[in-house]
Amino acid sequence: MSTTTPSRRGGGQAGAAPTGPLPPSAAGERAPRRRVPRTWFPHLILLPALLVELLVHVVPVLVGVFTSLLQLDQFSLRDWSAAPFVGFGNYAVVIDLSSPVGADLLRSFGTTALYSALVVGLCWVIGLAAAVALHPPFPGRGLLRTLFLVPFALPAFASVITWNFMLQRDTGLVNSLVVDVLGLTGERPFWLVGENSFASLVVVSVWRTWPFAFLTLTAGMQSIPAELYEAANVDGAGPWWRLRMVTLPMLRPVNAVLVLVLFLWSFNDFTTPFTLFGQAAPAEAEVISLHVYNSSFQTWNFGLGSAMSVLLVLFLLAVSLAYTGFLRWRRDE
Amino acid sequence: MGPRRGVAAWTAAGVAVALGLAGCGGSEDSGAAGAALTYWASNQGTSLDHDRQVLTPELEKFEQRTGISVELEVIPWTDLQNRVLAATASGEGPDVVNIGNTWSASLQATGAFLPFDEQTIGRVGGEDRFLASTLTSTGAEGRPPVAVPLYGLAYGLFYNKRLFAEAGIAQAPRTWAEFVDAAKKLTVPEKRQWGLGIMGASYTENAHFAFIFGRQNGARPFEGDEPRLDSPQMVDGVSQYVDLLSTHRVVNPSDAEYVNDTQVVKDFAAGRTAMIMIQNYATAAIRSNGMADDAYGVAPIPVLDPLPPGGKKISSHVAGINVGVFANSDDTEGALEFVDFLTSTEEQKILNGTWGSLPVVREAYDDPRFRGPLIDVFQQVLAESAETMPMVPAEAQFETLVGTAVKDVLADAASGETVDEQVVEDALAAADQRMRAGG
Repeated sequence: MSTTTPSRRGGGQAGAAPTGPLPPSAAGERAPRRRVPRTWFPHLILLPALLVELLVHVVPVLVGVFTSLLQLDQFSLRDWSAAPFVGFGNYAVVIDLSSPVGADLLRSFGTTALYSALVVGLCWVIGLAAAVALHPPFPGRGLLRTLFLVPFALPAFASVITWNFMLQRDTGLVNSLVVDVLGLTGERPFWLVGENSFASLVVVSVWRTWPFAFLTLTAGMQSIPAELYEAANVDGAGPWWRLRMVTLPMLRPVNAVLVLVLFLWSFNDFTTPFTLFGQAAPAEAEVISLHVYNSSFQTWNFGLGSAMSVLLVLFLLAVSLAYTGFLRWRRDE
Repeated sequence: MGPRRGVAAWTAAGVAVALGLAGCGGSEDSGAAGAALTYWASNQGTSLDHDRQVLTPELEKFEQRTGISVELEVIPWTDLQNRVLAATASGEGPDVVNIGNTWSASLQATGAFLPFDEQTIGRVGGEDRFLASTLTSTGAEGRPPVAVPLYGLAYGLFYNKRLFAEAGIAQAPRTWAEFVDAAKKLTVPEKRQWGLGIMGASYTENAHFAFIFGRQNGARPFEGDEPRLDSPQMVDGVSQYVDLLSTHRVVNPSDAEYVNDTQVVKDFAAGRTAMIMIQNYATAAIRSNGMADDAYGVAPIPVLDPLPPGGKKISSHVAGINVGVFANSDDTEGALEFVDFLTSTEEQKILNGTWGSLPVVREAYDDPRFRGPLIDVFQQVLAESAETMPMVPAEAQFETLVGTAVKDVLADAASGETVDEQVVEDALAAADQRMRAGG
């Protein structure tokens, strides 16, 4: 702040400065600064970032929105800017729940909502449990923390394709354990097709993402003053009450961000289901990102796919706004 | 402090702006036409590397003869269609590209490919050089082909001779009833041996079989451009295929999760499955899985006998790979010269001989490599009992929607759910509605 105030004044005097009684060397140093008033400077320095942001985010999003208003298929793909303009026609098809396209989208949306809720919930619970367990110092804590982060650090493709091998019915490790070693079921269950595929997807996603919750919550717990725990101890609080009365309230701001980020990630997740199931996911596990991909690329109907994407963005935006609004309201209460 | 901070800030801003400008300027020179052609090859060998090793010396030969260098990129099948679509939308693509021949009509509709009208096809030796059957899969009828054939493929029924002998089956089944009967005899769950292996989760394979068996039952998936995906004949055709798993139980239910040929071929080579229905490229893969060429035989995929009313003796679609030229190519002449090279008799012998596919030009068949009992079967299938997949713009959607519907039905059957004609009909009716709704 202290630097901007004089600079604004300096800017106002720019015309008079060269004739002033300053030594030549000092004048030489200051002259370039005065050509651009200081108030512009922060904006100028932001300009490249703004351009890049426009290029990599805003323009593609706008193109996506524009595409959703076109009938973009194999007939118009080559000269896509001249594709027939259908206005909200694609949206009408997508939200008409009595049509197969709309019904499919709704089903996929439901699957995704359940998937997202489970992934966020499980990641948070496991992450919190691990963070609390590793909070007090003990030998080997650092090693355990590093180990816990491994699933998050592995490249998604490598780890998910390994899960794919493990979940195969005849040769997979999971069935070897469940059927051959433990003898839990007589029949070898399927994990990659049919009803179980949804559970497989949730497990793999939670396995991949929970370390992030663990990392964030661990970082959050570092800032909780030790005195609070000491005071709680003095009051005779056990571990459960310390968690409820100290840890969780103090972690509230961290949780607010963590849950939102986990929700957005899981709702949009494409890599995990696509790598796990390949091009044609089982209907039970067809989450919305795969559904949009299939609508666009496998059936060559990019307008319809874009309309679904835009609706998805609007939904995520609405949830995010409602969520942050709710948090603010609760904070102000 | 003030001036120093200012200098640092200005330097940072300058660097940032320079970087930004450099980023924008970088694209300027990328459009310039180079001397090299770009060629996107499909994956025909056992790996992408194998394809590169086989193609590179041929491309060098082409460069020596014409002075045109070719930049090669081998693209896996899972990506090829997306890459072609992206190139179509952006206008920035290769000069020459391999495509799955069933996509021909769909890609033709984009207008992104150089049409092989009479004059253009003359540049690669004229229509008469090519086998008539392969030319049927190069685009919609009555329009100039979007590409020319490159590698010929057809389905066959591969069977393990030893397992046939053990089961007391003297010869390859010729009718569908014989086939089901043989498959039942060959299914011995205690030995973990199954009559037939399938790729249940591959939507393209499923779509091909829906077409083949649908045609045996007299189905026509399209009337003109109108879809008829849920006609009673299609339902019969798909049921004929799905019954192998659900009713006859001659397929290992685990096959419902096979997405590609890797495991199917491995199971067959290891004797875990006695038969597979697969295209002729599999000969190379079976060999590399350690099964000798004389350990198995090939017969046409059996056909219903007697055929239902309107049914046709179809045991394969006209499968194969076409090669096309992008209309946006900077060097159409060079690209056509390269297509001429790839379809020349000499290269047809070398490449098809390596991939295990069939030459698409007549003259190549004087080579002893393309004679013999195995090759004869595929040639006979292509000549007598193969029909091209529907050459309509919506063919790509047909493969996705029908193939996925069959995949879901197979998954249900594998999980022990009852799958009857009604279930199949519902699945196909949903696919039909989706196609009509443009989805």
